[in-house]
Amino acid sequence: MSDLKFSKEHEWVKMDGDVATIGVTEYAQEQLGDVVFVELPGVGNTVSQGDESGVIESVKAASDVYAPLDGEVVEVNGKLEDEPGLVNSDPQGDGWFMKLKLSDKSQLDGLMDEAAYKDFVDSVS
Amino acid sequence: MSDSQATKHTALHAIHLSRDAKMVPFAGYDMPVQYPMGVLKEHQHCRAAAGLFDVSHMGQVILHGGDAAAALETMVPGDILGLEPGQMRYTQFTNDNGGILDDLMVTCGDGHVMVVVNAACKDADIARMKETIGGRCEVEYLADKPLVALQGPKAADVLGALDPDCRTMAFMSGRAATIDGADCFVTRSGYTGEDGYEISIPESDAVRIVEQLLDHADVEPIGLGARDSLRLESGLCLYGHDIDETTTPIEAGLLWSIGKRRREDGGFPGDATIQKQIADGVTRRRVGLLPDGRAPAREGTEVQDTAGNAIGTITSGGFGPTFGGPVAMGYVAIDHAKAETPVNLMVRGKPQPAKVAKMPFVPQNYYRG
Repeated sequence: MSDLKFSKEHEWVKMDGDVATIGVTEYAQEQLGDVVFVELPGVGNTVSQGDESGVIESVKAASDVYAPLDGEVVEVNGKLEDEPGLVNSDPQGDGWFMKLKLSDKSQLDGLMDEAAYKDFVDSVS
Repeated sequence: MSDSQATKHTALHAIHLSRDAKMVPFAGYDMPVQYPMGVLKEHQHCRAAAGLFDVSHMGQVILHGGDAAAALETMVPGDILGLEPGQMRYTQFTNDNGGILDDLMVTCGDGHVMVVVNAACKDADIARMKETIGGRCEVEYLADKPLVALQGPKAADVLGALDPDCRTMAFMSGRAATIDGADCFVTRSGYTGEDGYEISIPESDAVRIVEQLLDHADVEPIGLGARDSLRLESGLCLYGHDIDETTTPIEAGLLWSIGKRRREDGGFPGDATIQKQIADGVTRRRVGLLPDGRAPAREGTEVQDTAGNAIGTITSGGFGPTFGGPVAMGYVAIDHAKAETPVNLMVRGKPQPAKVAKMPFVPQNYYRG
């Protein structure tokens, strides 16, 4: 898991070449509660860091998913439309949200590594 | 509640903590919103087996005296004088405009009447009862007396094992019962759409009896989160959301709770308005709403007709775990209130197709003997 980066909005980012796979963290899914609906961004959309790029609805409330980086949406996890609960059961695996082709990989330096994210979670929880 | 006020604890607070509940402030109390099982599974467990809810934050009040039923009728449109001892009825406190100040359960006792009111309204309700009918009956507030709801298809087996007579109690009836040696008051009622009971327990016995109920393999503790989704799926109103001072019982679709004599004779606050609405109809009505897609539409969502005109607002909405999709209720203009009418729900600024639907969204499973 050491290759993962994390945002303060509780998203994880996994790099493969220029493409970042993005999802929400274990901490985020616990806070959300049972996920019942996911609104994914359109493939081909261009997003900027901090943009609302989707919505995760739990039994409790709707939460925006923010793009942690600039890029183009090249793939979304269509499985979540039928099985939104994957966000709870496997948030950092089968529950991934979208893949972005990054326009500026240097933005990755602004994200946290796993140890820093762990400290961040401890500080907010 | 203001932040400076200390949050109150029910007598069962330690049980919630020991079971790792996530606690939230609710109507001045520190209450469990969910347990580790989670809202979805708690909801499903209650529909499949039995769930135990701490509802001690609600206000239990006894109106003492032979005139209590007649006195209470001056404050509510329900037929209270028509109740035999042991019978129970749902009604509302109304204001002079026919708006709803609170909704409540009334059980007829022998020479007294018992009422259970909402936690958030109880201080105002008690003050209003003392002021309005305090001269005709003694208003006794059973402050923070433990009250639990045991709900679900296994509830009768679970409570019946402790007191066999509970098995055959009629729906919407109440009686004194001895549960594990404690003098309890049990009603066959609840707010989940399932068979079940509400049990008022002396404080000194509450923890022991509740632990005993929770020890049963079929019983799980259920938090406020699932309490809300259970009542929403069953089409039941939540005060402060689906009904309030601006909605009348007729607009809310609660005419069934007003008996024939009361409709004709009136004699409750707002009677002229309510009688006129019964005779002439209303301009808006509470209806069920079923989104076509999977996206839940939450409270506050605007309802539009298919031409894009605003026709109403959602007052409760979310995901129905047993229904298996999003469900909602809200008020729409009367010409759009018929079941199957197509409407749009403005979710995050985009119209989501939906239909007006009959409630409940899942069948009610009340005990009918």
